[in-house]
Amino acid sequence: MDLLTPGTGLIIWQTFVFLLLVLLLAKFAWKPILGSLKEREESIQQALDSAEKAKLEMAALKSDNEKLLREAREERDKILRDAREASNRMHDQAQVDAKKNADKIIEDAKAIIQTEKNAALRDVKAQVAMFSLEIAERLIKNNLKDDKAQKDLAETFIKDLKLN
Amino acid sequence: MKKPFIVVKPFFLSLFFIVISSIISPVLASDEAGHESEPFNASEVILHHVLDDHQWHLADGLVIPLPVIIYSDENGLEVFSSSNFYDEHHNIIEYNGYKLEHGHIYLADSGKAVFDVSITKNVAMLFINAAVLFFVFFTVAKGFSTNRGKAPKGVQSFFEPIILFVRDEIVKPNIGHHYERFLPYMLTLFFFILFGNLLGLLPGAANLTGNIAVTMTLAIITFLITNFSGNKAYWGHIFWTPGVPLPLRIVILPVEIIGMFTKPFSLMIRLFVAITAGHIVLLSLISLAFIFGSIWVGFASSMIVLFINLIELLVAGIQAYVFTMFTSMYIGMATADHGHDH
Repeated sequence: MDLLTPGTGLIIWQTFVFLLLVLLLAKFAWKPILGSLKEREESIQQALDSAEKAKLEMAALKSDNEKLLREAREERDKILRDAREASNRMHDQAQVDAKKNADKIIEDAKAIIQTEKNAALRDVKAQVAMFSLEIAERLIKNNLKDDKAQKDLAETFIKDLKLN
Repeated sequence: MKKPFIVVKPFFLSLFFIVISSIISPVLASDEAGHESEPFNASEVILHHVLDDHQWHLADGLVIPLPVIIYSDENGLEVFSSSNFYDEHHNIIEYNGYKLEHGHIYLADSGKAVFDVSITKNVAMLFINAAVLFFVFFTVAKGFSTNRGKAPKGVQSFFEPIILFVRDEIVKPNIGHHYERFLPYMLTLFFFILFGNLLGLLPGAANLTGNIAVTMTLAIITFLITNFSGNKAYWGHIFWTPGVPLPLRIVILPVEIIGMFTKPFSLMIRLFVAITAGHIVLLSLISLAFIFGSIWVGFASSMIVLFINLIELLVAGIQAYVFTMFTSMYIGMATADHGHDH
């Protein structure tokens, strides 16, 4: 049947035209088309890759920033704490020093007072002795204004002496 | 915005022609029935359309004569117009010692067949198909170079997804990592069949991809590429199937060798049958109007023809896909690095 018998002429033409078409299209169509498709795919892939990289970098940067911030915060807290401690310490020290000073002043004052008191007492004693001597002199002077009185006294002394 | 229109034009153009032809054919039917006294022979008309011819019969009264190129030992090479075989009443006559019988040319005296490389209807259709293919993809390639680094535009954006589909869905998964070597052949094959199928659907067009000579040539090229690119594992698998007991290997050997030939044979038959059958169905339905000579039957059959035509558009794509996919699979099997993982 004609339908099932391939014609020689058509086979020859088909072979020739089809192979020519493959060659021509390969050179003028498929090569540039597939080349640009590949190029475009590569550039898209590259863009995606670099975006991903940028994203990662951003994340790293952010975590870096956070770390820095956290460190700064810690640093600040530490400085504050240290300062507070230092001020407390200075405060305490000042109190202790003041107390010590006051005590010393009081002590000194006490010592001076004591010395002054002793000196005053010594003066008072010397004065009292002087006054006593003067009183005694006056008394003696009064008692020994006549001879009889002098004689009596002398006799009293002698009596005492004898007794001794 | 002219370009998007051009892109969709082939499709809508073919649809348009389908619709028009469906509408006109019943009208023509009643017309012709009035003129012709002979009874209408549907099978003759259908076969006349499906088969190759030395002239292009577009419509009654619109016949394009095609050049006849023949060679015979007696007369040597001769080139003349096929219109010489017909007189003014479209009756076949002898010319210059040649006679035309059922589309074949013989020497009038001895009745010996001549070597015929005429530009027949299908050869002319082949030229048109090739020209359309080249024009379209040359334009697409130009689009790629002018829009370099930019978004695709116009015809380019219409064909780019199809090219990508062929590359990524058909060729790449079936052939494997060295697919790029076969890509030009695969793309040409796919679009040649697709365009051939679609152009063949136009009214008056020739049945190029439904001609067994064309499908045979394509199948043979696939067969040659498959076997010439076959690696050691492929041939080892055919002649000395590994992992099979010795007596079985002897049984398998002829099976494998037959298998080498049945693969391209199935390619040839599948495309030929799918397209020719589609044409026969369409023409049979249109012929109903001529057989019954009724405008109402013509109207009803035209509606069905319209529907079948839409299916044929689908078949055109499917057959191009299937032929390319099986070709890729055969080449992939012949070039696989791990030929025999059972």
